[in-house]
Amino acid sequence: MAAGAALSEQALRDRIETVLAEVPDPEIPAVSVVELGIVRGVDPEGPSVIITPTYTGCPATIAIEMAIRVALDEAGMADVAIRTVLSPPWSTDMISDAGREKLRAYGIAPPPKGAEARSLRGADIVECPRCGSPHTQEVSRFGSTPCKALWKCADCHEPFDRFKCH
Amino acid sequence: MSDILFRSLLELGDDSLILAQRLCEWCGQAPSVEVDLSLSNLGLDLMGQATLFLGYAGEVEGKGRDADRLAFHRDAEQFRNCLLVEQPNGDFGQTMARQFLFSTYQLALFEGLVGSTDPRIAEIAAKAVKEVRYHADISADWVIRLGDGTEESHQRMVDGFDWFWRFIDDMFAVDADQRALIDQGVLVDRAALRPAFDARVAEVLAEATLPAAEPVWQVGAGREGRHTEHLSHLLGVMQQLPRAHPEAAW
Repeated sequence: MAAGAALSEQALRDRIETVLAEVPDPEIPAVSVVELGIVRGVDPEGPSVIITPTYTGCPATIAIEMAIRVALDEAGMADVAIRTVLSPPWSTDMISDAGREKLRAYGIAPPPKGAEARSLRGADIVECPRCGSPHTQEVSRFGSTPCKALWKCADCHEPFDRFKCH
Repeated sequence: MSDILFRSLLELGDDSLILAQRLCEWCGQAPSVEVDLSLSNLGLDLMGQATLFLGYAGEVEGKGRDADRLAFHRDAEQFRNCLLVEQPNGDFGQTMARQFLFSTYQLALFEGLVGSTDPRIAEIAAKAVKEVRYHADISADWVIRLGDGTEESHQRMVDGFDWFWRFIDDMFAVDADQRALIDQGVLVDRAALRPAFDARVAEVLAEATLPAAEPVWQVGAGREGRHTEHLSHLLGVMQQLPRAHPEAAW
């Protein structure tokens, strides 16, 4: 079905966004690619979905594109293209408020907003996503994926991931 | 002019590609699992940069070569990386000395390239510079921790840096052909970054209680494709699979 021809621009946009809201991030399935800010928008010309990588070398980028492709195809929108853009660069400020809460519930401390340009040392207090304690400590600046760092809680003693400011 | 732009993009992409390969040699062998993850993550970021710069280089060249083709089907003398990144890992101290020197250089370079008049270069730099800040930070941390550590860790950092001082001019080298692209604001004049680089290196060395850099005889012309023997060995490992199965897709 030629979705682009059959629907008005707004209807097409709504329909694509509804489909993408159900596509989970492959590494952090608790949040969708829309909530993470990977989906930058919908271009009705084409039509195409515009996405942006979180990290230049993130191996999940290909998996994300494939997952979006499958979701669009299954929703009868095989004619909707996927276009990747770099600019403006993705930042953790693009993660939605709902996405931040889902990260926390999943056990990942979300990044503070507006922190992008701040010191990498992170003067902010990082709350343990499990017990809420502010007594936490960085274990390693790099974690299991490019976007996360390893932390631990001094009160509940649980290790946790922190989404890096970026 | 496009051949000079092509070659300049190879310099940017090859620096990242070759250092990524070196860092990933640590995978499974680093002093701790956290350090193992860090080095692989650094390598991954650099691999991402290499893919973007080499991809653009292939487009500029216009002969149908993509990033993979450029990475896996060129010989050593066609690589334009600086000599520093192709040097063997040595011990962890030597690896961190190399990483600190390169990341400090690359951070200054990318901060400049964010303002490139070539929009493709500018957007790749804007993306990558945020990652490189972490690289410069973590490597400076380790230089300080090891330099200002035990007698042995201090000596290993001294020895690590000693090997690399000879490659600094090569990293900053600009040739006359690139002058026009620098004047147009496409490229950054690397020579102009040198004072800030020297100052930052001196600052971290002092904090690490390490001796200041001593002027030594400078070697090499990596940007002209004249490499140390180490690059061929590295490429032998990196390129073996795609060269053995050139039509394979995975």
